[in-house]
Amino acid sequence: MNKPFDHSRRQILVAGATLSGGMALGLFMPGNAKAAVPALELGGETQDAAALNEVNAWIVIEPDDTITLRCPMAEMGQGTASGIPMLLAEELECRWDNIKVEFASVNRNIREKTLYGDMVAAGSRGIRTTWPYVQQAGASARARLVAAAAAKWSVPASQCEARESKVFHKASGRVLRYGELAKAAAKVKLAAEPGIKPPEAFKLVGTRQPRLDSKIKSTGKAQYGIDVRQEGQLYASIISSPVFGGKLVSVDDSAIQGARGISHVVKLDDAVAVVADNYWRANQALKKLKIKWDGGADAKTDSAQFAREYREALDGPMVTAKEDGDAKTAIAKTKHVIEAVYETPLLAHATMEPCNATIHLQKDRLDVWMGSQSPLANAKMGAEETGLKPEQVHFHQLYLGGGFGRRTFGDEMRQAIRIAKAANITVPLQLLWSREQDMRADRYRPQSAIRFKGALTADGKLEALFIQSVCGSIQRSTGNPVATGLDPTSLEGIAQSVPYNLVPNWYTGQMLKNTHVPVGYWRSVGGSQNSFYLESFIDELAHAAGKDPLEFRRSLTDRVDSLAVLKKLEEMSDWHKPLPAGRGRGISLVENHAAVGGQIAEVTVKATGEVHVDRVFAATDAYHVVNPNLVDAQIEGGVVFGLSAMMYGEINIKNGAAAQGNFNDYRVARINDAPEMVCALALTGGVDEKGKPKWGGVGECSTAPIAAAIANAIFAATGQRIRSLPLKNLKLTGPTQQARL
Amino acid sequence: MPRLIVNGKSHDLDIEPDMPLLWAIRNEIGLTGTKYGCGIAQCGACTVLIDGKPVRSCMMGSGAAEGKQITTIEALEKDGTLSKVQAAWVAEDVPQCGYCQSGQIMSATALLNHTPNPDDSDIDAAMAGNICRCGTYVRIRRAIKRAAASPLGKDKV
Repeated sequence: MNKPFDHSRRQILVAGATLSGGMALGLFMPGNAKAAVPALELGGETQDAAALNEVNAWIVIEPDDTITLRCPMAEMGQGTASGIPMLLAEELECRWDNIKVEFASVNRNIREKTLYGDMVAAGSRGIRTTWPYVQQAGASARARLVAAAAAKWSVPASQCEARESKVFHKASGRVLRYGELAKAAAKVKLAAEPGIKPPEAFKLVGTRQPRLDSKIKSTGKAQYGIDVRQEGQLYASIISSPVFGGKLVSVDDSAIQGARGISHVVKLDDAVAVVADNYWRANQALKKLKIKWDGGADAKTDSAQFAREYREALDGPMVTAKEDGDAKTAIAKTKHVIEAVYETPLLAHATMEPCNATIHLQKDRLDVWMGSQSPLANAKMGAEETGLKPEQVHFHQLYLGGGFGRRTFGDEMRQAIRIAKAANITVPLQLLWSREQDMRADRYRPQSAIRFKGALTADGKLEALFIQSVCGSIQRSTGNPVATGLDPTSLEGIAQSVPYNLVPNWYTGQMLKNTHVPVGYWRSVGGSQNSFYLESFIDELAHAAGKDPLEFRRSLTDRVDSLAVLKKLEEMSDWHKPLPAGRGRGISLVENHAAVGGQIAEVTVKATGEVHVDRVFAATDAYHVVNPNLVDAQIEGGVVFGLSAMMYGEINIKNGAAAQGNFNDYRVARINDAPEMVCALALTGGVDEKGKPKWGGVGECSTAPIAAAIANAIFAATGQRIRSLPLKNLKLTGPTQQARL
Repeated sequence: MPRLIVNGKSHDLDIEPDMPLLWAIRNEIGLTGTKYGCGIAQCGACTVLIDGKPVRSCMMGSGAAEGKQITTIEALEKDGTLSKVQAAWVAEDVPQCGYCQSGQIMSATALLNHTPNPDDSDIDAAMAGNICRCGTYVRIRRAIKRAAASPLGKDKV
């Protein structure tokens, strides 16, 4: 008996959209201060705003004092859905042990003039770009609660104080709970909105707190896009043209005639999908189709050719991206000049949850259930694809099983819509990419090559850096022609976001060079390759100058943040203590997404040349942080992500298509690769040029430095310089007598 | 027409015997805590316990699992109490995106069932089949050691 899904259960699993179109996440902390670890409860449907006891669009306070805080950012592991609520609670002066969190409604954001901001969870901007309006939302709600209490008591608001989800009138000893004040507070009109707290006044923010979603993610209850089950839902499996940009010619589906559960074979311009009542049936049938593709001239390309072209282009014309002093002349005048060429391959994101989107396309409404780093832009794309108005799109944000930049684009949603349109599917449809589709239809970390020239003075000072970079442009790949010839994301770590400011002559030129292979944002973006390049070359210079690599870096900067990170690294590691033969220590310092990250890696190189990273010290200056526990997690994870790419990561192009398709040929770091990790904050606080508190991003500043830290450690252990990645392709020899720090 | 015993409950399913257990569990039985990651037993996201041993459910046909005791992540929490492995996971704040963690916890549970006090190399050997792209490995190690030291005692699955 084919026992279909219990539909009543489906309704519990996936909350639908209603008037305000919200998707309850339901991070929930039990009202028991001892239960410091919050549980997470699946939320129900978001009701009409007024019925929900909203104080404002961000905060709901129920009569029993349970407080729901809304998070506009995706939660893909980075912890923002724990961090933003802390900022809200800080200003709201509410108890932290009786809150729920839900994702802010994308539809409401469209209808109400983007009151939740752009909702883009990328570029490590979850906190650093949202704090002004998030804090304001909390402060404004608190001021209204205070005003409501003051009005009830007929006393001036200035005599009232809010704390622990209550308002106190000290003089008379009267107290009102937030739950008693919420309805009146929502109606309060203030003459002016209150100011927000400076970081010095924070009580909750800045303290180590558990993340809110650990329990729901340890019990299998967290709902990801792939878990969406709607009534009557169908499942699609898809294959895109293996050659990027290729076209579908023909499909022979004779092999699946009469196959069980198959409802549609759908031809798109550049892809074929099979729709069935079960994902596995759809995927099995897809594999049996005989498909002809036209890859055009691109079908003749391969990685070796691209690598050669990128290297050759280093001699081509460059657009100036950074010019301090006159590097060319300085190099011509200096005797001691070091030169090196580095290169790195394309990388896949390989999020654990393959891309997927569930849609329900109706005449006057589109529902989308998925985890997205950019749900507002995706919802607008959904409107364009369907011809509906943006306010007719109901985007239900779910947890993401990893993002790393992949899940900003909405490719999977667009395909799902196109399938539904092409086959006139009016029931909910879940498109799930197989791992192979996910890996072969990615938007990869761009390929690049770079040439450095560095001039050292007689006493070993860095006099000039001359950098020529050839790099794939993400902007260009996503449709922006980049008229200036400069793509900021390709320059991160070599022209901008550089932790050094004392190199007297510095030139960076770049040539943007794209192939037919789509490229996209990959955790730490330009820094993922550029910081490997620059920090390896800085190490080359330090050794050529006969200087300690840490001291050499110190001589290149007087920035407070860079120096603080170097100092912390020196203190926390045994930098000046030699390691035994066969082991080496390497350092790296970067600026990435508004934070400075430094790392020291300790490696063991066996006689066979095999490398193991034993320990990593990581110091971070993000100026101000919300929750050091979550920052540590980001730093630890970012190190592993970068280490994985450094040691194993590469997508090769063969006959115009990605050769790798799954974890058997796209190797990633496993637990036995993971180093011991020591993380520390080196926060320098401070304000920006406008006098506003500085906030850095912590999601990527640990991915960028690790490759160079490891490579420099290998050099220290063996004297072998790593100038191309991944490490697995290089034939290293074991340590030699010349090994040195 | 495989009869699957999942978390102590019997399910008579009208499915092909070669439908992998993963899709029977996720699509037919409706337990979505067990995840799809690779389909070729390389990533461990789909790990379940079969008669107490960790198995990649994406590569095992449902027919082959007939009559065996299949345990998924959903069964570890009993009457609102987390298993010691789950409790350790929460205490160490292991999950980031969380997608692989059902599989990680099932593998860790199996490890502790037969090696109550694992050292680092035991942990590496037992857990190397479970990929975490967020890089939570350091905390996974800590959590397994915490669970091993847990006064809750053995809660074998």
